[in-house]
Amino acid sequence: MQTLLRENTISMSLTNEKIKERLVEKFGDIVSNFEEPYGMLTFEAPKDHNLKVMQFLFDDPELRFQFLTDLQAVHYPLYPGRELAVVYHLHNLADNVRIRFKVFTDISQPDVYTATKLFSAANWMERETYDFYGVNFVGHPNLKRILNVDEMDYFPMRKEYPLEEQTRIDKDDEMFGRGGTIK
Amino acid sequence: MSVDEHIKLPEGSIEKQTTTLNLGPTHPATHGVFQNILELDGERIVSAEQTVGYIHRAFEKIAERRPLYQITPLTDRLNYCSSPINNMGWHLTCEKLLGVKTPKRVDYLRVIIMELARIADHLICNSIVGVDAGAYTGFLYVMQYRELIYEIWEEVCGSRLTTNIGRIGGFERNFNDTAFRKLEKFLAEYPAVLKEFENLFTRNRIFMERTMGVGAISAERALNYGFTGPNLRAAGVDYDVRVHTPYSSYEDFDFIIPVGSTGDCYDRYLVRNQEMYQSLHIIRQAYKKVQEFKGKEAEVFHADVPEYYLPEKEDVYTKMEALIWHFKIIMGETDIPPGEVYMSVEGGNGELGFYLISDGGRTPYRLHFRRPCFIYYQAYEELTKGGMLSDAIITMSSLNLIAGEMDA
Repeated sequence: MQTLLRENTISMSLTNEKIKERLVEKFGDIVSNFEEPYGMLTFEAPKDHNLKVMQFLFDDPELRFQFLTDLQAVHYPLYPGRELAVVYHLHNLADNVRIRFKVFTDISQPDVYTATKLFSAANWMERETYDFYGVNFVGHPNLKRILNVDEMDYFPMRKEYPLEEQTRIDKDDEMFGRGGTIK
Repeated sequence: MSVDEHIKLPEGSIEKQTTTLNLGPTHPATHGVFQNILELDGERIVSAEQTVGYIHRAFEKIAERRPLYQITPLTDRLNYCSSPINNMGWHLTCEKLLGVKTPKRVDYLRVIIMELARIADHLICNSIVGVDAGAYTGFLYVMQYRELIYEIWEEVCGSRLTTNIGRIGGFERNFNDTAFRKLEKFLAEYPAVLKEFENLFTRNRIFMERTMGVGAISAERALNYGFTGPNLRAAGVDYDVRVHTPYSSYEDFDFIIPVGSTGDCYDRYLVRNQEMYQSLHIIRQAYKKVQEFKGKEAEVFHADVPEYYLPEKEDVYTKMEALIWHFKIIMGETDIPPGEVYMSVEGGNGELGFYLISDGGRTPYRLHFRRPCFIYYQAYEELTKGGMLSDAIITMSSLNLIAGEMDA
């Protein structure tokens, strides 16, 4: 493995344009919304194609995105039909390029195929994402809550659960300056 | 003669061939609140199931209601063995989002603080591996030098463990002479201490036999499991964020990345030890560079970002503009530009990443911490399966698992 990384430094550096070209060549219209916020290539695909795209990124001899850096979800309550985004950060260690890959899903049917077959690291990351956002990873070997208690019956990071209002006055703790008499 | 003839067990007493052992959540050998449900056949581990989340504090949710500068204390409590690295990682994320360019002197001072934190982190990890192998002396011996590191931080920011060090754009105050004097003392004395520490362990036969071949992982599996930091390098992959995507002017320094080959506890120990030497080397270079700044330049300790950097207190009382900025920052009334940024630093135990989405409001829309030990702890079963119970303890401490970071 040591030699592997070293020999790859000789290979031509992988640019964002090249990755985009390879992806469009392979998938056509399926991959869309290419952006480069702060230099990181970001794109999305329909949720049914997430594994196909990642498998291609993993296997292709030029791309080789074989390291899953991070996986998480984001909740956009204002985008109907695209409320939940699952975001994958992938890293090609040999050429040292990172990309960000997103799939959007409807919140009423948040089924996304699991990446655990491809990356063992995805196991807990997907459990965490399920725990906080309720994304149902289809095919996950052990999809249950990881950080929250098992009895919890909601997904706390969704935007419909705001944090406690800082100025609320219904609490009876006069020691903290909130007054004790208001009912 | 078969075994059955020797062991006469009461009829029906053992139907299950294996023993279930609850290791944790408050077991003294786990150094933190994790639970491992081990299935043991005699002393061999058949399977392990990890439960995490005992100190989950919902930092990601809390961060969605806080202005940027109030999130720094939350990052302290991730990997609390090296909280300055977390703080700096957070500041660097904000600076990347805001497009702030920090002066070179700030970068070098940050490098000094971060490398001290790396030493403190590795020091704890390696000496705890020693403790779990039955050698307490090393742990006690190096502790006074971690104390010295804490004193340096105390001079810079006023606190020791959860440091909240630095601000967006630089430091809250310039380093004082005592800080530099203590740093010099540390640089002068620590190499001999580290050598002595190595003498205790590196060629110690008991230590070698307890750690070699224990908790080993191949490079391919380590990469698949998302290992980063010393644990990945011990498996032979030379990936280090400081070199791959330099931040805070790490490209100005000359250092090497030690790698192992077998990925076992012994290699992890060796890699961490070598990294401490490299960190010392970096600190020396950084200190030299800091001393080269003369006159006005030697007074620079923050970038000019009035929207996010708190003005001097006496200016707040005397100048209108400073008062306005002070008020806006404290009340969190500054809008953050919209954007989506991922920034990572080489933490004590791996790549610590921050994924920050801003929708243009005053607080992050979404903040996710990539906590290295949360990701690689899932390999624990694979690392310990088939090993002895006492090996599982050593493997756990040698992975440098920090409960605070794992549970965020």
